[in-house]
Amino acid sequence: MRELSLHILDMLENALEAGATRVDLNIFEDLGVDRLTIVVQDNGRGMDAETARRALDPFFTTRTTRHVGLGLPLLTAAARRCEGNLALESAPGQGTTVRASFRHNHLDRAPLGNLTDTLLAFLLSERGEIELCYCHQVDGRAFEFDTAAIRAELGEVPLSHPQVREWLSEYIAEGEAELCRAD
Amino acid sequence: MPKLKSLEDLQKIREQAQRDLKVRTETGTKIIVGMGTCGIAAGARETMHAILAELQNQSIDVNVTTVGCIGMCSKEPLVDIEQAGKPRITYCNVHPHMVPRLIEEHLLKGQVIEEWAMGRVSKEGIGQD
Repeated sequence: MRELSLHILDMLENALEAGATRVDLNIFEDLGVDRLTIVVQDNGRGMDAETARRALDPFFTTRTTRHVGLGLPLLTAAARRCEGNLALESAPGQGTTVRASFRHNHLDRAPLGNLTDTLLAFLLSERGEIELCYCHQVDGRAFEFDTAAIRAELGEVPLSHPQVREWLSEYIAEGEAELCRAD
Repeated sequence: MPKLKSLEDLQKIREQAQRDLKVRTETGTKIIVGMGTCGIAAGARETMHAILAELQNQSIDVNVTTVGCIGMCSKEPLVDIEQAGKPRITYCNVHPHMVPRLIEEHLLKGQVIEEWAMGRVSKEGIGQD
């Protein structure tokens, strides 16, 4: 995958498939210690120790539609080639936390890429009502939002409504742009 | 610079949207993009972006959503179009440059693009074209 935001979308999709009702996505960029950390935490059905171990094996998947599961192995490889690693914490009924870290300025680190499109693709999924709590920090400055607050404003109007979709896209793009502006 | 977008905007959207919500959910068109690992790696997010941008450009009202892997990974990005009263059509290997024609011919003119379609799902089941 050419962007870390594509890996992020993949992890968010995993949370959906795990039946989560809430996902916390945290991206920490600390240029002082040259570290980028991505944490995706869901409250889905979780995995026992054996399944969690096998989830890192590319030839394991719980899907019945195919025989390989490349999501976590690809992210593990991406982290390892940038002096980072991937940690997976999970327990049945307790949800799953994926934590991937990278050396921020490593030559092989893919850019974060288009986070707006990643978040939008996730939010427009209709596989169950799922709340996203998002926080992206760059050297202590943060852009954050919680879909619970957005839904509270919208009432019965869904996030997939074309005008809401447009608003979300602009809101996220603006927040991200603000964060990346050097000041 | 002050923020251009705020949560207060949503109140206005809500008031406007409530009026036509029922019509939309009951008779609307739906576009579904495969967003499993295979879809994502094949460029499904970019395809979805192109679809949303084209719909916005042409002011067409369509519900766009995603689905996980359905097992035809080599045909990703997969895009399904579902219109009330018509069979659901699955298009395969849909890349952003194909999106304008897809919207124009399938959505606006109601013509299935046979050479891009993989199959159609009718109420009777799956059939190959």
